[in-house]
Amino acid sequence: MNMDMMDEAFILIGVEGESKEDILTRMAENLVKLGVVKESYIAAVIEREQAYPTGLPTGGCSVAIPHTDIEHVNRKAISIGVLKQPVRFGIMGEEEETTPVELVFMLAMDQKHSQLKLLTRLMQVIQDQSMLRALSKETSPASIKELMNTVLQFEAQGGPLT
Amino acid sequence: MTKKTILVACGAGIATSTVVNEALKNLCKEHKIDVNLIQCKITEVSSLADGADLLVSTTIANKEYPFPVINARAFLTGIGIEEVKQRILAELVK
Repeated sequence: MNMDMMDEAFILIGVEGESKEDILTRMAENLVKLGVVKESYIAAVIEREQAYPTGLPTGGCSVAIPHTDIEHVNRKAISIGVLKQPVRFGIMGEEEETTPVELVFMLAMDQKHSQLKLLTRLMQVIQDQSMLRALSKETSPASIKELMNTVLQFEAQGGPLT
Repeated sequence: MTKKTILVACGAGIATSTVVNEALKNLCKEHKIDVNLIQCKITEVSSLADGADLLVSTTIANKEYPFPVINARAFLTGIGIEEVKQRILAELVK
């Protein structure tokens, strides 16, 4: 995959917050600071999460994949947040149910319909319990980046991401 | 059998619907079913409802539609995926 898409600076470990809004704010503020997304992304991603929750129970470690419209994004990136304590997110496609999320994959996408390979591989990560477990226990951004790159590069068919 | 139109929706119309759209494309190919897939935001479903036969969505469909709605979260998590595929196929061969 394009190395710039998952810089170590996009990986946050021990993210703390009382609510999903706290978590989203921390992660989005980091992306704003790094120039990856516009200031408007913060409110937009929170609003989108409230309207269309992205929490996904996986059978073990629940994840969330918050994202919003492309107009709030400067360049595409994936930010990973390992939460210090699980925080409840609404379950995608459910009205009121929530799930205790431990890993957040915040997506900054700058084009419509063009991220298929990346998204497909991200779903493979999400479906891999041992991978999720490993990610949630990692203590350095460098090792998370390495783990993710291994999977995103080699596990799927179709060659490396461009 | 007439060619069916499936609306594939999510909140933003860019992320999870992309994954589901691709999965449906492969599913239909595998079963040699010719379909018309339209990827959209859930808020665009009403305006696209004319001529649609099925809505496959990762988000809540609050409204009543004149066609069946199938939750597509299984395509993301892999949990219960076979059952969802069977439900979709059953709609397509009707």
